[in-house]
Amino acid sequence: MKFPILLDIQSAFKTFTRNKARSFLTTLGIIIGVASVIATVSIGQGASASIQNAINALGSNLLIILPGSSNLGGVQTGFGELSTLTLQDAKAIRKLPAVKTDAANIRMNEQVIWRGNNWGTSVMGTSSTFPIIKNWPVTKGEFFDKQQDNTAANVAVIGTTVATQLFGLMNPVGHIVLIHNVPFKIIGELKAIGFNAFGQDQDDIVVIPITTMMEKIAGISWVNIIMVSAKSKKDTEIAQSQITALLRQRHHIPPHKPNDFYVRNLTQIAQTAGSSAQIFTILLAAVAAVSLLVGGIGIMNIMLVSVTERTKEIGIRMAVGAKKYDILKQFLIESSVLSLFGGVLGIGLGVGISDLISAVSPLHTILTIEPIIISIVFSVAVGVFFGFYPAYKASNLNPVEALRYE
Amino acid sequence: MDSNISKTVIRLEHIGMIYKTGAINYEALKDINLTIYKGEFFSIMGASGSGKSTLMNILGCLDQPTSGKYFLEDEDVSMLSKDRLADIRNKKIGFVFQGFNLIQRLSIIENVELPLFYAGVAHKEANIEAKKALRLVDIAESKENNFPNQISGGEQQRVAIARAIVHNASIIMADEPTGNLDSVRSNELMSFFKKINDERNVTIILVTHEPDVAAFAKKHIIVKDGRIVDN
Ligand SMILES: Nc1ncnc2c1ncn2[C@@H]1O[C@H](COP(=O)(O)OP(=O)(O)OP(=O)(O)O)[C@@H](O)[C@H]1O
Ligand SMILES: [Mg+2]
Repeated sequence: MKFPILLDIQSAFKTFTRNKARSFLTTLGIIIGVASVIATVSIGQGASASIQNAINALGSNLLIILPGSSNLGGVQTGFGELSTLTLQDAKAIRKLPAVKTDAANIRMNEQVIWRGNNWGTSVMGTSSTFPIIKNWPVTKGEFFDKQQDNTAANVAVIGTTVATQLFGLMNPVGHIVLIHNVPFKIIGELKAIGFNAFGQDQDDIVVIPITTMMEKIAGISWVNIIMVSAKSKKDTEIAQSQITALLRQRHHIPPHKPNDFYVRNLTQIAQTAGSSAQIFTILLAAVAAVSLLVGGIGIMNIMLVSVTERTKEIGIRMAVGAKKYDILKQFLIESSVLSLFGGVLGIGLGVGISDLISAVSPLHTILTIEPIIISIVFSVAVGVFFGFYPAYKASNLNPVEALRYE
Repeated sequence: MDSNISKTVIRLEHIGMIYKTGAINYEALKDINLTIYKGEFFSIMGASGSGKSTLMNILGCLDQPTSGKYFLEDEDVSMLSKDRLADIRNKKIGFVFQGFNLIQRLSIIENVELPLFYAGVAHKEANIEAKKALRLVDIAESKENNFPNQISGGEQQRVAIARAIVHNASIIMADEPTGNLDSVRSNELMSFFKKINDERNVTIILVTHEPDVAAFAKKHIIVKDGRIVDN
């Protein structure tokens, strides 16, 4: 036995297959609307995932401390240029209860020379805790230890880009290179991590102990960044205030004066970026949804034409016993089936576009089931909503007049 | 049959119909009184514009009179809602119109199934009933799945009769059913009406202005300017 609603759906399909071109053109608006919703949401979700990855790459519960402008003598200097942070500050911070590890660092651009080869790269002086804080292990050899850091040993760990440039396919561990005319022994190679969100090659780096950096290369006693890893996610804010209090005390800053340093919670910043990507996705999807509405109006238009064309049919149906509700249902089912059909085609197209974007552009797209389900529900809703007025018009026809219509 | 004739099917009391078009009121029916008994074959004749179709639409519960009372099988139907009227048409009345009035998008058999569909009859059963009705009016099984435009006018009108009787309607209303047919096809069609009237005791009300078509009926009225002039 068939259910009456199935018969209605079957009859709706018959109507459309009789007029394939028109049915297709009618649903084109829905097809494009749904396809663009699916494609934009998949792009947005891909972007969110990239940002999430970037957050993870920043390391766990990372805080960074930068030297700030101090207005000693009334002169304001720029951000990060002042020598207000020292290695002793970094060591004092390490002892705070909410702080797990720290890595002070100084970066300078230097030429690295091995035999006939030389390569200009970024040399970073940091602490032995660097691999833990940055989640960045070595794949060959090992990282320098606390002892080597404390004694300003001439040891270096290099990134894969530097290794390839200087040594080609050779294992660089054990070789001696010259940096700033100072010989360094390579003791390890970092794992390749590729480009960061800003397009910089993160593997183009040489890492040496910060003490060595200060004494033998930079010849300075201050650091330009201290990175700190808090004990846990909820400890980051506690760590932030502990560090602030400690540094104010160490720098003898009176209560009414501003800090001469900045403490930044990188995870927070990255999360903000992540949520703005989400808002952006919602905005894009909203724009795409407008085209769904336009598609709905297209359906309403065709359904109105269809009601007029089929006035006589409606009259006949009423004469043999169709009630208002029966006619209303018939036309509502037709418009819903029509837009559902458009929705399904639109999903196919949207998935195709999303895959294509992933394949030919650097954008990474992610498809989940939610936007697909939402699109289906939405397109049926569009069909019901925009089909209602024509269906209502049809159901209110006067049978005598409808029968007389030619 | 004589035993049935005493049963009243339709009773009109002082029926009036006024069409309002803008400011102008047109009185299409005036004080119509009429009684029709079960199993009667009834013809309504009259000049064009006399009000035959108007009367027929009221009798068929497609339209409601502006005054008077209409009792259909003892139920007052002059004040019922549109949906109730649809129900009554579905259960008690079958229509055959001048212009065939089959749904072009549906096959012959689907057209005949339609009243049963709206009556909520299961499809399988509806299909069996529709086949029976089509056999009664001599439509071959091979044509069941054709569309209306693939069969002749005479055949279309027979399909319309099948649709009218498929739900065992007690009254068939036929408004100029032979209007689009030649005299041979007209006679053929009328013989089917006669057969249904004889075999099933269905009340038939026929509007026509052809005397030889009206001759199939056993009772006649003439409408003139919205009034019954001869009974
Ligand atoms: N909906 C309407 N609005 C206004 N006037 C109408 C309407 N329907 C019918 N009339 C008028 O009522 C009168 C009777 O019309 P009706 O259709 O009943 O005539 P008829 O006897 O069936 O004529 P015919 O033999 O030509 O079919 C005509 O004058 C017609 O113009
Ligand atoms: Mg007429």
